[in-house]
Amino acid sequence: MYEFKMPSLGADMEDGTFTEWHVEPGQNVARGEVICVVETQKGAVEVEIWEAGVLAKLIASPGQKIPVGQVMALVATAGEDWKAIAARAPSPPPPPGGEPRAGTPARTASQQPAAVTDSGAPPPPSERVKVSPAARRRAEELGIDLASVKPSGAHCAISMADVEIAAAATKPPDRQAGMRDAIAAAMSRSKREIPHYYLASEINVESAIAWLEKRNAAVPISERVLFAAMQLKAVACALRETPELNGFYQGGAFRPAAGMHLGVAVSLRGGGLVAPALHDVDKLTLADLMAGLKDLLRRARSGQLRSSEMSDPTITVTNLGDLGVDTVFGVIYPPQVALVGIGRSTVKPWVTGATIVPARIVHATLSADHRISDGMRGARFLVELDRLLQLPESLS
Amino acid sequence: MSMSRDEVRKALIDSILAVAPEADFSQLRPDRPVRGQFDIDSFDFLTILEHLHEKIGVNVPESDYGKMMTLDGSVDYLVRRLGAAE
Repeated sequence: MYEFKMPSLGADMEDGTFTEWHVEPGQNVARGEVICVVETQKGAVEVEIWEAGVLAKLIASPGQKIPVGQVMALVATAGEDWKAIAARAPSPPPPPGGEPRAGTPARTASQQPAAVTDSGAPPPPSERVKVSPAARRRAEELGIDLASVKPSGAHCAISMADVEIAAAATKPPDRQAGMRDAIAAAMSRSKREIPHYYLASEINVESAIAWLEKRNAAVPISERVLFAAMQLKAVACALRETPELNGFYQGGAFRPAAGMHLGVAVSLRGGGLVAPALHDVDKLTLADLMAGLKDLLRRARSGQLRSSEMSDPTITVTNLGDLGVDTVFGVIYPPQVALVGIGRSTVKPWVTGATIVPARIVHATLSADHRISDGMRGARFLVELDRLLQLPESLS
Repeated sequence: MSMSRDEVRKALIDSILAVAPEADFSQLRPDRPVRGQFDIDSFDFLTILEHLHEKIGVNVPESDYGKMMTLDGSVDYLVRRLGAAE
């Protein structure tokens, strides 16, 4: 049996609010399949499962706040009978708020719940809860299920105020404020714990951009590749030289990552920032990389990211060139150990041999964790990045 | 089929709204660069061109991006380009 748990979707995440299941008991699930949606401080995230099997029991219910690591569903793996697992499983925890539903008698410590209950069965009938007519009308207006409202007044009658309180509890969280808090927590931790060092290089990207322009002129608009995509490919390939910049620092030790999963910093309309991962960027063709980047940006901006994208970037790349910034020194996103910053490309005089030519230049920077690497290794990365950008066809 | 200036303008505005739904054209300075006013990055810009291509069949080459800075300038350019293609 496999326990499907609330994933950690970033170093600073403590819990998530469960939104909905995409599957039901008895259904086959494949590795990597999106099976539910969880609301985090950084927006809604589609959560994938990393074990194949048959869904046996759904434990999490919509609206529930669930700590990272808590079991949300049980999955029958090879050869197991999902119905047997479902039957053995304990009943799900109480609905949001931890309060008993109106209509369910409150349990005292001495009244243990039945050992195994069928979660689908309605609660046992009990004394009817009184509802004032005004409260009933208000609940209908607000679309609130009276069964979810807890009466507060005398005689256990639900008043209009109770309905308003229940309605406020079901409102979506303030995403803007939540995201600000999440960024503040991650960045404070970074600056508190990570001894950053910073390096910068001016890179002549004339031949890289010219190569791209020539390529793009020959294809339809939908197949054009942005220079930002080529930069990602160059970063991923340059990391082969310096694996100590790609991975995680956790529990006092550095764990290099097997793949180059680049976190792409995406600023959101209306404020905030997410940096979801593009996976195995070094192995993608430029066309596939661009398609993946488009898909990722679209989903990041519409709040449809997947759990694997949120949790496993191995290094982050931020590009502020579009905003007219020449140089960006980034703050490392823990537990990552490095961040690459790329500014805008501007035409500058460039000395080559004994002549001066106009050339497009970008400032590339590296912020890296001094606990893991030193300036010499960091410099090697930037030199390799420069070298690769002089060979655009090698990045196709 | 020839398009009026107003039709081209509407197609452009619809394409911008598709990527920047909150864009308020009543606040837009038509003689200033659109991208800065509506936070349109190079990815958004490419998406706008894809929408425009779908809507009015115009293909804006990268070398002409500089002619698509302001709203008025973009409409002028698109009308010319559509006329030349016929």
